[in-house]
Amino acid sequence: MNTQANAMNGTPLESQRVAPAVLSATQPFYWSVRRELWENRAIYLAPLAAAGVFLVGFLISSIHLASRMRAALALDAMHQREKIAQPYDYAAGMVMLASLLVGLYYCIEALQSERRDRSILFWKSLPVSDRTTVLAKATVPLVIVPLLGWAITTVTQFVMLIVNSAALAGSGLSVATLWTQLSPFQMSLLLLYHLVTVHALWQAPIYGWLLMVSAWARRAAFLWATVPLLAIGIAEKMAFGTSYFGGMIGNRFAGGPEAMPMSDSFPTNPAMHLTPGHFLTSAGLWLGLAVTAAFLFAAVRLRRHRGPL
Amino acid sequence: MVCIEARGLRKAFGTTVALDGIDLRVEEGRILGLIGPNGAGKTTALNAILGLTPYQGELRVLGRDPWSQREQVMCDVSFMADVAVLPRWIRVSQVLEYVAGVHPRFDRAKAEGFLAKTTIKRDSKVRELSKGMVTQLHLALVMAIDARLLVLDEPTLGLEILYRKQFYDSLLNDYYDRSRTIVVTTHQVDEIQDVLTDLMFIDRGRVVFSCNMEEFESRYVEVMVNPERVSAARALKPMHERQMLGRSIFLFSGVDRQQLAALGDTRTPSIADLFVAVLGNTPGSPAGPAQGAAR
Repeated sequence: MNTQANAMNGTPLESQRVAPAVLSATQPFYWSVRRELWENRAIYLAPLAAAGVFLVGFLISSIHLASRMRAALALDAMHQREKIAQPYDYAAGMVMLASLLVGLYYCIEALQSERRDRSILFWKSLPVSDRTTVLAKATVPLVIVPLLGWAITTVTQFVMLIVNSAALAGSGLSVATLWTQLSPFQMSLLLLYHLVTVHALWQAPIYGWLLMVSAWARRAAFLWATVPLLAIGIAEKMAFGTSYFGGMIGNRFAGGPEAMPMSDSFPTNPAMHLTPGHFLTSAGLWLGLAVTAAFLFAAVRLRRHRGPL
Repeated sequence: MVCIEARGLRKAFGTTVALDGIDLRVEEGRILGLIGPNGAGKTTALNAILGLTPYQGELRVLGRDPWSQREQVMCDVSFMADVAVLPRWIRVSQVLEYVAGVHPRFDRAKAEGFLAKTTIKRDSKVRELSKGMVTQLHLALVMAIDARLLVLDEPTLGLEILYRKQFYDSLLNDYYDRSRTIVVTTHQVDEIQDVLTDLMFIDRGRVVFSCNMEEFESRYVEVMVNPERVSAARALKPMHERQMLGRSIFLFSGVDRQQLAALGDTRTPSIADLFVAVLGNTPGSPAGPAQGAAR
């Protein structure tokens, strides 16, 4: 890993004369992310478990697959697709839900638990900056969890597709309808688009806020993260009779303009009209990202000044 | 070369003054013991040196400002607080991999070598290790970092006596080479008496005493005075007087040894004895830890 550095280490006296150690910018970041995955195995275990549980249920239910397919084939094209895709959408939804919970829980703990167990003294004894640490932690909900969720869902759906095809072929029904209706490759790409735009970019301020509260709160970080928001919402309602604040928070969780462009249809439906141009130019996106950056900046500052609890 | 230099180092938490204008100069290659009662400001001083807390006044560690240049400073500085700071969930192999990944001056083979002398298993988690083993692990990590300054904050707190002995033995034998600097705070002052080259007492945020160990040995003499010579001893203005087993023990500073030998048995005092003498004279000072450490 750092063979160059190791090669430089001769006797202690010799190495003192060697030029000052060069701080690599990427190494500490890479290892900081890896250490997050070592510590929080739920990041991948929870979505894997969700997918696993779902697959078991799916396998059991595929006994009735042939009759369901026959019923679906009787429907018109639009509903046919929905009927066939339903279990696939459920699979994606299960993994998304698990990912969301993991991300929220991870962020609320990320910068508090290291102070609680005093290990922050160990982390800070190494040449890793607070900025690197906070960015590595923010990478988990904003990059790792969505990509992992996408990979797990795609593999799960592929397994489902194979099982379905086998079952259909066994009962003499057309496998082609299944594949054309689902268009698995497109479905997977749409899921990736949905996860990146909605779960990472649009919801980023939620994770930023939680990370900041986690760096700030001495205890009960979850209460600090939720109660003030509730209080603001209630105060607004009482003072002005409006609920803009609550609406704004709700909109973040709901996923914004790109989440549900078509009501009562899952975001991986190929019939969906994506509007990436509209999304990328929406004020809500950039405002949210700016707020996220501010939260993360505050988290870096807080971690810098905070010692063990 | 100067390793640590502080002038008028100050730090206040609200109205509580933790450091009240500390002047400090530690040359490279020294082993400094920072001794003081609880709440004297030792840990705050170390935190300032390690860039963990902002401060007022001037402070340079290896020529750098530790607060604004913490990452660069920490390339050349190792730090070990008491045993409980290694994360409990991490595996021995993971912590080796991680430090090797982030620290440009870490020699993994060296750390593996130190660990080979212990019974620590590579796939154990820190939570499964005993306190003594966690310290051995942390020490192996720290000694494998080619640092110029090593800061130890109560490194042997709560350890069994065997591990405590071993700790300073390996530090001196396998790590210290006269070009590295070590700063250590501890309440177990007697076990570092032979380790230190310099000594500093801190009380209520101020340096109340400082000397190097050669001075210490030549300047301070403890005399167990025969009962009939007690008044003669008092006439020589001792720093401190105490009773033990019905005899008076006097601590003198800078008094001729031969003159003292006439009064009774002389010997070099322990750091704890001197600590009590220095801090016991400040009114209202508890001097608790030193008494605990003294026999």
